[in-house]
Amino acid sequence: MQITLTGIIRLVFERLHIPANWVAPTVMLVASVIVLFFILFVVLYLIYGLRKIMGWIQARIGPNRVGPYGLAQTIADALKLLAKEDIMPAMADKWPFIIAPIIVFVPAYMVYLVIPFGKGGSWVAQDLSIGVLYISAILSIPIIGIITAGWASNNKWSLLGSFRAAAQLVSYEVPLALAMIPPVMLAGSMSLQGIVHAQQGVWFGIFPKWFLATQILGFAIYMMAALAESNLIPFDIMEAESELVAGFNTEYSGMKFALFFLAEFAGMFTVSAIAATLFLGGWLPIHPALSFIPPVFWFLGKTLVLIFVLMWIRSTLPRVRVDQLMSFGWKVLIPLALLNIVWTGAVVLFFPR
Amino acid sequence: MPTITLQQFMFGAIALVILGSAILVATLRNIFHCLLFLALSFLGVAGVYLLLSADFLAAVQVLVYIGAITVLMMFALMMTHRVMTTDISQSLTQWWLAPLPIALGIFAVLFRVYVRHGGQALVDTKHHAVPTTGIIGQALLTRYMLPFELASILLLVAMVGAIILAKEDKSDDPA
Amino acid sequence: MDNYAYIALFAVIGVAFSIFVMLLSWAIRPHRPSKVKLEPYECGEIPFGNAWRQFKVGYYIFALVFVIFDVEAIFIFPWAKELLNFKAKGLGVFAFAEMMIFIAILVVGLIYAWRKGVLKWD
Repeated sequence: MQITLTGIIRLVFERLHIPANWVAPTVMLVASVIVLFFILFVVLYLIYGLRKIMGWIQARIGPNRVGPYGLAQTIADALKLLAKEDIMPAMADKWPFIIAPIIVFVPAYMVYLVIPFGKGGSWVAQDLSIGVLYISAILSIPIIGIITAGWASNNKWSLLGSFRAAAQLVSYEVPLALAMIPPVMLAGSMSLQGIVHAQQGVWFGIFPKWFLATQILGFAIYMMAALAESNLIPFDIMEAESELVAGFNTEYSGMKFALFFLAEFAGMFTVSAIAATLFLGGWLPIHPALSFIPPVFWFLGKTLVLIFVLMWIRSTLPRVRVDQLMSFGWKVLIPLALLNIVWTGAVVLFFPR
Repeated sequence: MPTITLQQFMFGAIALVILGSAILVATLRNIFHCLLFLALSFLGVAGVYLLLSADFLAAVQVLVYIGAITVLMMFALMMTHRVMTTDISQSLTQWWLAPLPIALGIFAVLFRVYVRHGGQALVDTKHHAVPTTGIIGQALLTRYMLPFELASILLLVAMVGAIILAKEDKSDDPA
Repeated sequence: MDNYAYIALFAVIGVAFSIFVMLLSWAIRPHRPSKVKLEPYECGEIPFGNAWRQFKVGYYIFALVFVIFDVEAIFIFPWAKELLNFKAKGLGVFAFAEMMIFIAILVVGLIYAWRKGVLKWD
């Protein structure tokens, strides 16, 4: 028998004579908290990983003082942020200034509701049938938080940065959504588990039936839009230090700043995880013969490879100009994404699965 | 004593959020604060859709009304000077006279529907919800094919109109 | 069967966590404000008026065009989900053609915006 969270909690509740109808809500609560701690852990080590990888690429060492190989560095950083003085500018708009980081962080966490870490219902909090659309909808909320942060700071740089950020996010949200449509067409399902299941099997006994096979263009569009949506170089216009001080979060410090930071790195994992699910077969092994490795390792492995690629791009490329950024989104990515939908329609119609 | 189901409790809570934030939108003086409460009100409406198992509509509500319309209004606020600095006060003291008949009219219609159905709730809460996206897709492609295509023309007209209104004509080389 | 209560639960836990860490840091951090510290940081210049003033109109047009394309993407989603079903019923080409008309009309809009120079950041 497989050990599941529901099974464990049911067993514990039976021992403690707690009524059985408390099991389901408790499972939900525990699962949500597990996801939250997963995000915190992942973010801490993504930051560490980014600093190490950027260090190696730029012929430096990266963090190496706190703990073995500097592994405790980001924990120390987090504790430092927790104990830092939190300055709110005297002219700031008080309550919007405080809720802005919450509006940005909460959606970044809510997306994890539908991300399938492995096979079956116990590896995803809730596999919604509108999965892909849910992701698009939730990812459109942080824009409000970013504008609120810039506006409430009452700082010209923050406000300018926040509106630039909003213009960028808004422009790249369209190609991102359009690039997520082809996997839905190929799978005939919007649930992320359904999309993974539709990628099972191999062609000619060797090539995995991942959607990447027909979606090389779609995958490229998705990854470029994802770079922009998660605000990574070459698309980090919104916090171009040389132009905008630090963008919309110039005035933020302490824990409020940490929430923005948390959301940004949680988003980096999210976009990679969604790319792995939609195009690279999610938790499916590369070949059925390798299915002795648990699905969750396949999922995390693919996601980490994509994250590495994002970090690699980030540490090697220069930043694009703001006008190049906008025209690339509207004049290249959106037409290509529409073309890709037409192509995928033809694939669905004329190729047998 | 009638027992309140979880659904009824959730509806009550969401209704309070929607109405409360709508009242704040109409009465607050700082227009940016109004926009934030407008977004909260929209979010509440998405919650009502979810309670009715209209999952597709709920996602659309968030995507369009919060992710696009509210953002558009925030951009509009940016280009309207003076609005941002001064706290505008409601100059019309009888502003509540206009919404009053509208609210009463809607209430009358709803009340009539309620009475006609013998005081029964119109929402079927006994059956499990079915995902609605597929049903909507089928309806769009068969029965509502013409409205579906007209929608794209409507979107085109809206875009052309918006561009004409918002941009002074300076056509440039398509670079 | 989807459990929508989960969405609400995630929202509540996310907000609760944010408030918790803010309160935690409020409890342990120092609090020594001074007049200079509370000024907005504008590269060391003494700020001049507040920031709530008019910005350029250019940003607005992107938001406008975005609303249109956002709605378009939403129309494509139900079609994308049903395309395989229509193919199974032998109506695949019909469904495909319908969406091609829909997309073509919107591409006209995109070309119009392009020619008008709306998609150019200046």
